[in-house]
Amino acid sequence: MDWTALSLSLQLASATMLVLLPIGVWAGRKLAWSRFRGKALVEALLALPLVLPPTVLGFYLLVAMGGATPLGRWYESLFGHQLTFSFQGLLVASLIFNLPFAVQPMQRAFEAIAPEVREAALCCGMSRLRLLRRVELPLAWPGVLSAMVLVFAHTLGEFGVVLMVGGGIPGKTRTIAIAIYDRVQAFDTAGAGIMSATLLLISMLAIGLSYLVTAPGGFRRHD
Amino acid sequence: MDFSDFLRGCALAASLALGFAAPARADAPVIACAADLKFALEEIAAAFREDTGCEVNLVLGSSGNLYRQIVQGAPFRMFLSADERFVSDLADAGKTVDRGDLYAVGRIAILVPHGSPLKADGRLSDLAAALADGRLRKFAIANPEHAPYGKRAEEALRHAGLWEKIKGKLVLGENVSQAAQFAVSGGTQGGMIAYSLALAPPVARLGRYALIPDSWHAPLRQRMVLLKGADETTRAFYRYMQQPAARAVMKRYGFVLPAER
Repeated sequence: MDWTALSLSLQLASATMLVLLPIGVWAGRKLAWSRFRGKALVEALLALPLVLPPTVLGFYLLVAMGGATPLGRWYESLFGHQLTFSFQGLLVASLIFNLPFAVQPMQRAFEAIAPEVREAALCCGMSRLRLLRRVELPLAWPGVLSAMVLVFAHTLGEFGVVLMVGGGIPGKTRTIAIAIYDRVQAFDTAGAGIMSATLLLISMLAIGLSYLVTAPGGFRRHD
Repeated sequence: MDFSDFLRGCALAASLALGFAAPARADAPVIACAADLKFALEEIAAAFREDTGCEVNLVLGSSGNLYRQIVQGAPFRMFLSADERFVSDLADAGKTVDRGDLYAVGRIAILVPHGSPLKADGRLSDLAAALADGRLRKFAIANPEHAPYGKRAEEALRHAGLWEKIKGKLVLGENVSQAAQFAVSGGTQGGMIAYSLALAPPVARLGRYALIPDSWHAPLRQRMVLLKGADETTRAFYRYMQQPAARAVMKRYGFVLPAER
């Protein structure tokens, strides 16, 4: 069992989740209630990572974040190391390919809130922030939770992008999914088996949790 | 469970995951090594740790792939290539400390898993017969485009006049270690891999091997080099590779070693 790789994967998944939580809530609300020009285009672009082959995303990120581009050079001058082959580079890749998993379930959840409820709250003089905290999030939280669970599980399992952008460096970019691949190549079937079973268990728990939360009456308070 | 429980749960999960033991060896220098060194170098790195108390992290891959990652700025401190051409290209590009040293000459071998209808025959006459009578369905080599051992396997198969016939049956490993894994996994009838991997116990117990005559392919001259920014631990490891202890391990894995300096 490669604990370093598991720990790295959990850190990457948590960081992705924490960064995407506010972005997802903001974008989900915006897309649920606002009408603006180009909304369909934005929605389509947000869904793109769902169908894009991970190696395609990996290739573009590798080119875009490399030392030869303005973005790559700007990052390097700011932080003193390159974005590719680093944890931060993985995080950037992870944020991009997880966007639809974060935004779409939240958008559906916010869409399901009746406009009358929000209007009533606003009429009573509730501030926007208080409205979000006391009315919208409590109603939409199953969607928010399942979005976060999906993001977490999806990050743990991502392989193609991580291999291309990260290069599989121990303690920096070798995630658990890459470690399994490496163990098989190294004739360590037992090690690969244990790590695969661990990921299988985590994935099953995650999917189980998100179904439990979104199922009607499945996870509600009985009162 | 309501919304505030959910928030508390989120905070707990996040703090658990973030507080999870930080990577222990994240600061050890990372050394890029050709996949044929898989078992030999792990042994040498373990001996190096015993002797000096210093740790190095090994990243294995095909030399071509590692070369590309170094060009693109991967934070490796030292590169042990299976083909010295990659090292001289890096030196020309100004990525290295110097032009490095030859550390070994490799050989290739045909590897046949137990139970395969193929014979381990270094002159490949049984491979030719198996191609003709249909015993051979799949054969593993490393990808000749970026793996030196794959390139040499291709040259040997061309020399034996089998390349055109076997091309459609090849399974390409991303590096020679994966090719070896394919060769003994049961999905193929065999493969052509690094002699050093065929000699390693985890591979050797899964099949039989025979050396390919080294006149059938260009030599596998393996060169190592310190990359720009190499620290003291990496330099010590570089010197360690040239010491008798490390040379003895390399010899045991079937490498031909350059003369003592």
